[in-house]
Amino acid sequence: MWAFLVTEVMFFGGLFLAYTFLRWKYHDAVVAASGHLDWILGGVNTGVLLISSLTMAMAVHAAQEGKRKATVNFLILTMILGAVFLGVKAFEYSHKWHDGLFPGFNFHWTENPGYAGGAEMFLFLYFVMTGLHGLHMVVGIGLVAWIIKRANRGDFTPEYNIPVEITGLYWHFVDIVWIFLYPLLYLIQPPHH
Amino acid sequence: MPGATNGVFEMPKTTYINAQEGIKSWLLTGDHKRIAILYLISISIFFALGGIFAALIRIELLTPGPDLEAEMYNRAFTAHGIVMVFMFLIPAIPAVLGNFLLPIMIGARDLAFPKVNLLSWYLYMIGGLLTLSAMLMGGVDTGWTFYTPYSTSYSQSYVFLTGLGIFIMGFSSITTGLNFVITTHKMRAPGMTWSRLPLFVWSQYATSLVMLLGTPVIAITVVLLAAERVFGVGVFNPNLGGDPVLFQHLFWFYSHPAVYIMVLPAMGVISELIAAFSRRRVFGYSFVAFSSLAIAIFGFLVWGHHLFVSGQSAYAGIIFSLLSFIVAIPSAVKVFNWTTTLYKGSISYETPMLYALAFIGLFAIGGLTGLFCAALGLDVHITDTYFIIAHFHYVMVGATVIAYLGGIHYWWPKMTGRTYPEFWGKLSAMLIYVGFNLTFFPQFILGYLGMPRRYHVYPPEYQVLNVLSTAGASVLAIGFMMPVFYLLWSLKFGPVAGPNPWGAKGLEWETASPPPTLNFDATPIVTEEAYAYDAEAEESAYQAALQQAKHAK
Ligand code: HEM
Ligand SMILES: [Cu+2]
Repeated sequence: MWAFLVTEVMFFGGLFLAYTFLRWKYHDAVVAASGHLDWILGGVNTGVLLISSLTMAMAVHAAQEGKRKATVNFLILTMILGAVFLGVKAFEYSHKWHDGLFPGFNFHWTENPGYAGGAEMFLFLYFVMTGLHGLHMVVGIGLVAWIIKRANRGDFTPEYNIPVEITGLYWHFVDIVWIFLYPLLYLIQPPHH
Repeated sequence: MPGATNGVFEMPKTTYINAQEGIKSWLLTGDHKRIAILYLISISIFFALGGIFAALIRIELLTPGPDLEAEMYNRAFTAHGIVMVFMFLIPAIPAVLGNFLLPIMIGARDLAFPKVNLLSWYLYMIGGLLTLSAMLMGGVDTGWTFYTPYSTSYSQSYVFLTGLGIFIMGFSSITTGLNFVITTHKMRAPGMTWSRLPLFVWSQYATSLVMLLGTPVIAITVVLLAAERVFGVGVFNPNLGGDPVLFQHLFWFYSHPAVYIMVLPAMGVISELIAAFSRRRVFGYSFVAFSSLAIAIFGFLVWGHHLFVSGQSAYAGIIFSLLSFIVAIPSAVKVFNWTTTLYKGSISYETPMLYALAFIGLFAIGGLTGLFCAALGLDVHITDTYFIIAHFHYVMVGATVIAYLGGIHYWWPKMTGRTYPEFWGKLSAMLIYVGFNLTFFPQFILGYLGMPRRYHVYPPEYQVLNVLSTAGASVLAIGFMMPVFYLLWSLKFGPVAGPNPWGAKGLEWETASPPPTLNFDATPIVTEEAYAYDAEAEESAYQAALQQAKHAK
């Protein structure tokens, strides 16, 4: 699993490189475009994910102690939090569409026209990065669902609980990616609306 | 002299091949050996396809004028490159020989995750067929390098579909790499310490690390490329404010290490062949093992030598040039170790050994001309010419394809239980060697004289060398086709091989040919180092036999 996570790091690494380039080349446009992201919603989502990491850790702990009921409950909680995150994300996406900030298909930049190119690229990266992160969340929720099923069946004991542990590792990893994404995308500019 | 089977053997009753019957039992198998066979079949078909595209290219270049339209020619060389790189060279040795041998060589019953292994074959097939369907619908004209902004904003061809195919095949690499790393760590038989691992396993291990670290970068690059095409945004397009060099960095950050995904496993095969046919322990075992790891690591630091003329900073160019020279050192270490192994060995020249010797010579040329390319000043002259084409064919075909074929011949008796006809084997090996050099050596000269790559027409003064090259390609094609016939023939009519037809060392030769589903009847216990040969004893026995034969006359 660690080997797999290294792979994932390289995967997102390429995106962060593109981001660095963009931010360096179009600093002002990026700042302007970032101002259009809702840092409050992003912040709420950060909180949701942090709590879900906690419940995930509790689930792993419970599995190691052989507490089946607790394991399942914590896992269900984790799953719900993951779904909340995705819900908020979907709301943000639809908002961007309404505001005409969807690159390529529906993009109308009304502020300083000099920033339009850079801003569009920034939002493009925003969608690619958060989209991929969202995809990882969907996979994570699927994994948790599968673990819940197995836990319910009584597959896990204090001796054998590797799948729970591995799923936990994955979940934490996806959370950490978000911890990087949030400040880099949302918090570039001190929030003043 | 070590050589073909003397005794008469019987085929074992139950093997991995007949353990279960029906197509379904193959398509749903978890057995690493069966999956290797699935790969062998599909990879051979793709290789033939890539060869057809190569033939198209060579026919066009037979004469200076245009035979194909430029657009058609662009699609042909792109298809050739994509098929050969992504569908043949990258998976060939790991997915066929690695899959078949890695578990057996370390004394395991299977890979750590058999189902994931099967999944990787399906990913490969799905990705491959998507790419293929893009070609059938009209193909791609960007070159296998997909340089932006042409690929994102201007090309009217099927870039998206092809990219999707390559993306999916990437995951097949990643899953295979994961499986190999974990298997090597966790499933070695008792006594199989790291310092006793066959060098083939070391090389597969190093390759897997490169796959795990590099492949995700190309995956994300392809995602960005595809998204840029769909969204019409220009991260890589200077007209829209982006930077095409960023794409080149990302692309080569994967694709230079990818050349080591292609060549490291080949080096592993060669270590096995050299040891077996000179009856000696590979000289400097640990140097060879660690040079694989060194190549895997340093290979990630030299991608910038593909960007010497891209406008990257001059300082970056100098550093990348220097690092490229450094990465040649571990490769040279291997070549010196192989040649030293031959020295005082009890050498015999069966087909696999012919391939191994061809490898050493061709890889030396490929590597040394790599240094020409890595020399910053010289590269400005030869970049984007036929010199580059010749350089990388010497390493990709001269090293990887040659090692792959050598390995297929060496382990064919193990995989099928039967031996192939030596005469035909040697003949085709020699045809390939001659044909290969005739095809690609003239291209060094062509490139040096200034013939650019990727054009369908050229000035008439280049024709002589191009005709030579096309003639060589025809010989090469015959050489490649011959094994298809005699290997298939041997499946039915070849003499039964017995467990160890070469008298070679290694766990794979201690089990039946073909092996049973679980590889061994009982878990083997390893008590000696790899390649515990005794060359001197072998040689004196051979000389004695020779004397006796003389006296008998
Ligand atoms: C060992 C196996 C090797 C393989 C499979 C390999 C493969 C390739 C390929 C495919 C290209 C062409 C890229 C393109 O323009 O499309 C290339 C170019 C190049 N290779 Fe290698 N190579 C190998 C070894 C080396 C070594 C040892 C060096 C240097 C120490 C080297 C240096 C270069 C350089 C500098 C270029 C870029 C030339 C240019 O495009 O201007 N290669 N190689
Ligand atoms: Cu390179």
